[in-house]
Amino acid sequence: MSVDANPQVAEPETVPAKAELSQWAIIRSHPSIIIGGILLGIMILVGVIGPLFTADPIALNPIKRLKPPQGEFLFGTDFLGRDVFARVVHGARISLVVGLAVSGIAVFIGLIVGMISGYIRVLDAIIMRIMDGLMSIPAILLAIALISLSGATLTTVVIAIVVPEVPRVVRLVRSVVLTVREEPYVEAAIAAGTKLPLILYRHILPNTIAPMIVQATYICGSAMLTESILGFLGAGIPPEIPSWGNIMAEGRTYFQLSPWIIFYPGIALAVTVLSVNILGDGLRDTLDPRIARKM
Amino acid sequence: MLGYVIRRVLATIPVMVIVAAFVFLMLRLSPGDPASVIAGDYATAEDIARIREQLGLNEPILVQFTKWIAGLAQGDLGTSIFTNLPVTTLIAQRIEPTIMLTLTTIIFTVLVAVPLGTIAAWKAGSWIDRAVMVFSVAGFSVPVFVLGYILIYVISIQLQWLPVQGYRSMFEHGVGPFLRHIIMPTVTLSVIFIALIARMTRASVMEVLQEDYVRTARAKGQSEMKVLLSHALRNAAVPIVTVIGIGIALLIGGVVVTESVYNIPGLGRLVLDAVLARDYPIIQGLILFFSFIYILINLVIDLSYTLFDPRIRY
Repeated sequence: MSVDANPQVAEPETVPAKAELSQWAIIRSHPSIIIGGILLGIMILVGVIGPLFTADPIALNPIKRLKPPQGEFLFGTDFLGRDVFARVVHGARISLVVGLAVSGIAVFIGLIVGMISGYIRVLDAIIMRIMDGLMSIPAILLAIALISLSGATLTTVVIAIVVPEVPRVVRLVRSVVLTVREEPYVEAAIAAGTKLPLILYRHILPNTIAPMIVQATYICGSAMLTESILGFLGAGIPPEIPSWGNIMAEGRTYFQLSPWIIFYPGIALAVTVLSVNILGDGLRDTLDPRIARKM
Repeated sequence: MLGYVIRRVLATIPVMVIVAAFVFLMLRLSPGDPASVIAGDYATAEDIARIREQLGLNEPILVQFTKWIAGLAQGDLGTSIFTNLPVTTLIAQRIEPTIMLTLTTIIFTVLVAVPLGTIAAWKAGSWIDRAVMVFSVAGFSVPVFVLGYILIYVISIQLQWLPVQGYRSMFEHGVGPFLRHIIMPTVTLSVIFIALIARMTRASVMEVLQEDYVRTARAKGQSEMKVLLSHALRNAAVPIVTVIGIGIALLIGGVVVTESVYNIPGLGRLVLDAVLARDYPIIQGLILFFSFIYILINLVIDLSYTLFDPRIRY
């Protein structure tokens, strides 16, 4: 569709400006994108540059152990005299890395498998049965089992959280593919002799992007929660790394007298996940009004 | 109807076989030598060889798989490496607290979430609606164990209203001690579940409230209460019950964490003890157990649709 073909449009240069304005208006009418985005932005900033300004998160200071939050130690100290504030700031980096890595990998694998499943009928039944099976295994147990088999490192923790998330992405992509493949423009492409990979890339893939972005934010949030739960249960990232889950796991024994060791990382985690979820809700309302009306 | 029930029951078998195959392959395909990971850092070569022997990793893979499936079909979920007890025995010893916690959580969740969601849908756009939606977003964001510790801190330590931790069996210690110990774990575990169900209830009831028969019911002067209960909620029951079933998976994950926070000697604690002791067969057996339970619950829910919605005929 070319603008010149339409005589009604007197000033073609105003058209993009109008489009920008309406996009801005859409975002403005969903303040959750702005609120979630700003909150998440702050947490990312803390995770990226925060560690440069804090004390050493693993420096021991036995004389000042289990000090309540005040003065030098904003969030208090833990049982080895380590600065909880420094540890929480460093933990932000780990949580965010896990969240982004898990959502990126899960969406990537889910996209490929989902497109294959949605487009190649022969494989569809097999793939979907496997996904049904995978989905009926509780995610945390699956992650615990994978980690206890291959040893706890950052990589295995990420993989262990990715595996249970993949089926959800596959289902979503498949459902999009099943609708889009019946569209006239796909039929036209098939009739014109376009090769299958090109059809998938040019016609199917762009339709999956909007729901995928929304799904990726939710996966990011739940991955950060799962990582902290695994750390808390002692089945996650090695304890010497100051992830939020690990800090809280170490604070359990001292909880009655020194609750700050659990509360501050807990609050940081809740705020981060909340900001991701708010952003996800906002994106869903903006990008995918069809789903938005249903929820 | 009977034909449908049989077909639906049979359809769960391939899913269960896939779960079993996946759990089986997890041990065999994991990178590195699982026997030496399970044996730990200080294990001798004999320890590793013994564990490999116990896990049956020396036999050809097809023989292993046939034995595995045959064992499962007879209810054999494996044997613990350290205690040498069958996993089914260990599950039987620990299952009561978990069943109780799950039941109280489901009951509490339904009692809170369904009315909340219905009121939110009824007063869509009002402050009640907004509050329910904010709660449901927040409920998905607060980690279960943080919530548990906040409750312990405020209610048990500061106010001293309820015991900090532990579990008392209803059958041994009576209903009073049981309730006093189960209230906080139930509330903790319910929050994420309430968030999910309230959201779903709101969405389904809102959709039903747009229907013509609701307008008709209102036009003929039926009370709002009756409209909500016998028209809206009844028609919204199927999606709500479906989500309760799907949410069981969420609940199982939460049980592990909640039991750990409140020191409840249930199946969740069994998983954690097994992780610490590197007793892999227990983890494996429990994964199978929980997955099968999940599949069966969803089967029952699928079959129960006819009860909730007489329009559904098979």
